[in-house]
Amino acid sequence: MATPTLSKTDQMEAAAAASPFITVTFRIRRFNPEISEESTWQDFQVEIDPKERVLDGLHKIKWDLDGTLTFRRSCAHGICGSDAMRINGKNRLACKTLIKDINPEKPITVEAIKGLTVMKDLIVDMEPFFQAYRDVMPFLVTKGNEPTRERLQSAEDRERFDDTTKCILCAACTSSCPVFWNDGQYFGPAAIVNAHRFIFDSRDEAGEQRLEILNDKDGVWRCRTTFNCTDACPRGIEVTKAIQEVKRALITRRF
Amino acid sequence: MKIHKYDTVIVGAGGAGMRAAIESTKRSRTAVLTKLYPTRSHTGAAQGGMAAALANVEEDNWEWHTFDTVKGGDYLVDQDAAEILAKEAIDAVLDLEKMGLPFNRTPDGTIDQRRFGGHSRNHGEAPVRRSCYAADRTGHMILQTLYQNCVKEGVEFFNEFYVLDQLLVEEDGVTKSAGVVAYELATGEIHVFQAKSVIYASGGTGKFFKVTSNAHTLTGDGQAACYRRGLPLEDMEFFQFHPTGIWRMGILLTEGARGEGGILRNKDGERFMEKYAPVMKDLASRDVVSRSIYTEIREGRGCGPAGDHVYLDLTHLPPEQLDAKLPDITEFARTYLGIEPYTDPIPIQPTAHYAMGGIPTNVEGEVLRDNTTVVPGLYAAGEVACVSVHGANRLGTNSLLDINVFGKRSGIAAAAYAHAHDFVELPENPAQQVIDLVEQLRNSTGRERVADLRLELQETMDACVMVFRTEQTIKTAVDKIAELRERYRNVSVQDKGKRFNTDLLEAIELGNLLDLAEVMAVSALARKESRGGHYREDYPNRDDVNFMRHTMAYREVDADGRDSVRLDYKPVVVTRYQPMERKY
Repeated sequence: MATPTLSKTDQMEAAAAASPFITVTFRIRRFNPEISEESTWQDFQVEIDPKERVLDGLHKIKWDLDGTLTFRRSCAHGICGSDAMRINGKNRLACKTLIKDINPEKPITVEAIKGLTVMKDLIVDMEPFFQAYRDVMPFLVTKGNEPTRERLQSAEDRERFDDTTKCILCAACTSSCPVFWNDGQYFGPAAIVNAHRFIFDSRDEAGEQRLEILNDKDGVWRCRTTFNCTDACPRGIEVTKAIQEVKRALITRRF
Repeated sequence: MKIHKYDTVIVGAGGAGMRAAIESTKRSRTAVLTKLYPTRSHTGAAQGGMAAALANVEEDNWEWHTFDTVKGGDYLVDQDAAEILAKEAIDAVLDLEKMGLPFNRTPDGTIDQRRFGGHSRNHGEAPVRRSCYAADRTGHMILQTLYQNCVKEGVEFFNEFYVLDQLLVEEDGVTKSAGVVAYELATGEIHVFQAKSVIYASGGTGKFFKVTSNAHTLTGDGQAACYRRGLPLEDMEFFQFHPTGIWRMGILLTEGARGEGGILRNKDGERFMEKYAPVMKDLASRDVVSRSIYTEIREGRGCGPAGDHVYLDLTHLPPEQLDAKLPDITEFARTYLGIEPYTDPIPIQPTAHYAMGGIPTNVEGEVLRDNTTVVPGLYAAGEVACVSVHGANRLGTNSLLDINVFGKRSGIAAAAYAHAHDFVELPENPAQQVIDLVEQLRNSTGRERVADLRLELQETMDACVMVFRTEQTIKTAVDKIAELRERYRNVSVQDKGKRFNTDLLEAIELGNLLDLAEVMAVSALARKESRGGHYREDYPNRDDVNFMRHTMAYREVDADGRDSVRLDYKPVVVTRYQPMERKY
């Protein structure tokens, strides 16, 4: 090991052993059309270790206080993309946001992501989001006979589109975009990210087709470069940069 | 209630389900029913890689891979299936590359490979680089690539449809599959899917443990649906505990971290795996490493104030290597522990990871209803199934391989079956059992709560049937599970609505977990030996004379309607490898 004293790990372990629970207020925007057409804010008090996730807080509410609270989740560590929501006004994954990192002294507001129809509490209709994704031909297109072995690709060519392969389709970017809020016809950042992933893959031969799709009036030119998407991405993808690269490819036809 | 008719219905949209769907959609009218959006499936959480003897970076061949798989499974592997797995691995990886999977590359532009636990050169001489990978997000890339190709092929998905019952019908004296019954989460509506072929690809059961790498949604739904209809479950006592879960949380930190040179250390900084596995060291098989970790902890060499974990040390690896090869797991350490892996060791403990057992199938994916008889029209692949290629302990990177090889095989076989056969007539009131279950739970006024029972179950399983087991601990689990199953009859939900009723869903999932936990504990109690992931302190040795055989667990219902688990056994298929002492 680097040093015989393990200061940071030691501190973390000691803090974990101390287990200091605090009381946190969750202020959640509730909506259930089976009961009312209006949404309402509801407060819940939760005893929680500040090193726990917002998702843990939501589970405590659902499991101990109110079983009707409804949200999607699965892996609980930022890989499956189920639990994108608006936490204190910012799009994040509930499973990747620790209580201590969002000022637990004040009520933590939680609401559904914007721009997609809310179905119940924190659940939105994801279908328009996935439709935009499907519309950009998000799959490798090649011509000619397949090689017997793998297609060759240099490490540099592989690196060229690495950033956009990380997308987990959580919709945090698309539902943070003011253009998308105002006009649901816009493809949105996530679909463009997934087009980028193939346009800049040296093995792919349908870049021109995808660029034409994104050259549409609802395509890439609607982007106003507000960087909300980049800020929102829980995978750290440079979304705005990817969109800019697609715009540039449309002008230069080089990719 | 709605009735749908499809040639082929696939239950689950993780790796195995989507790999099957790509094949069956080309050949038959296919519907994929999935309780999660496909890209949410837990295949996406797999990290380290997919094994195949491509020999891109050093000498390797499928026979060595077969041997490692058999030895890794502690000779409970069916060797004919393991041979298929290792042989077809090469095409399975090449298929994915051609579908677009962005593998890491060698300087020559071929698919790069790295070391992984239990994979060796020439029958155990030294670690071999066999794992094909995409950084530490290989599962994510496989899931995305398969979904992309499902979009390309126009696969028809029914998202957030939860399959609750398997319809079996007796026709001409043969038990056949007639279809499935599903609950639509958005509306609460019940759907019957009549199908010539059904493929289960619904994943594992890890949520009956508390410290687990598994998603909240891995609740053994497919296993439970089949088991309740009288089909057997094979080798359910064999569960894998992955050595490196994040302390207390159980989040997976890939074995690829040790493949890249990471080292396990105890509180004295000692590289303790040298004592337990002199050749493979930190890359011994997972059951061996997990037991070694707990031995260190039990003997007082664990880390932290409570001495309840050890360290995964990556601090000697160059930051550039961590950034390029292990970006996700290093980020997990930063996000969830506030630790910088460049400079600080990561606290880890074994985490419940993978069910080796499941619905028994043959190598075409056909489900067995006893030791030899197939259920016509019924298939299973992936973690829900037991072929058995993993035996008593799965090797790392063999699960991403399993879903691709046997997902593809079952997709082809199911579509071929659908072509050659007619629909089986649905039973009368096909949805009745599901309607009764849903209404009973929705209307119950009982006082038991889902969250309480689930936590008690998870704590019992962690305490009693984890890495170390004895007759006493397993009996404690059996008794506690019986109590919990009794109390489950009085469970009620707060959400009485039809729309996105996840409260109800969790109650149904708990019922599945309780049934499967019982099967697991009863199977473990009867296996009086230690083999792979099943370690009995009261029977510490492998007993090939009495127990080199698969457990087959059946649900029996007596005249009063009380159910219990009946055990039977099935011979292991041995082709070229006679059992030997297992050393790493």
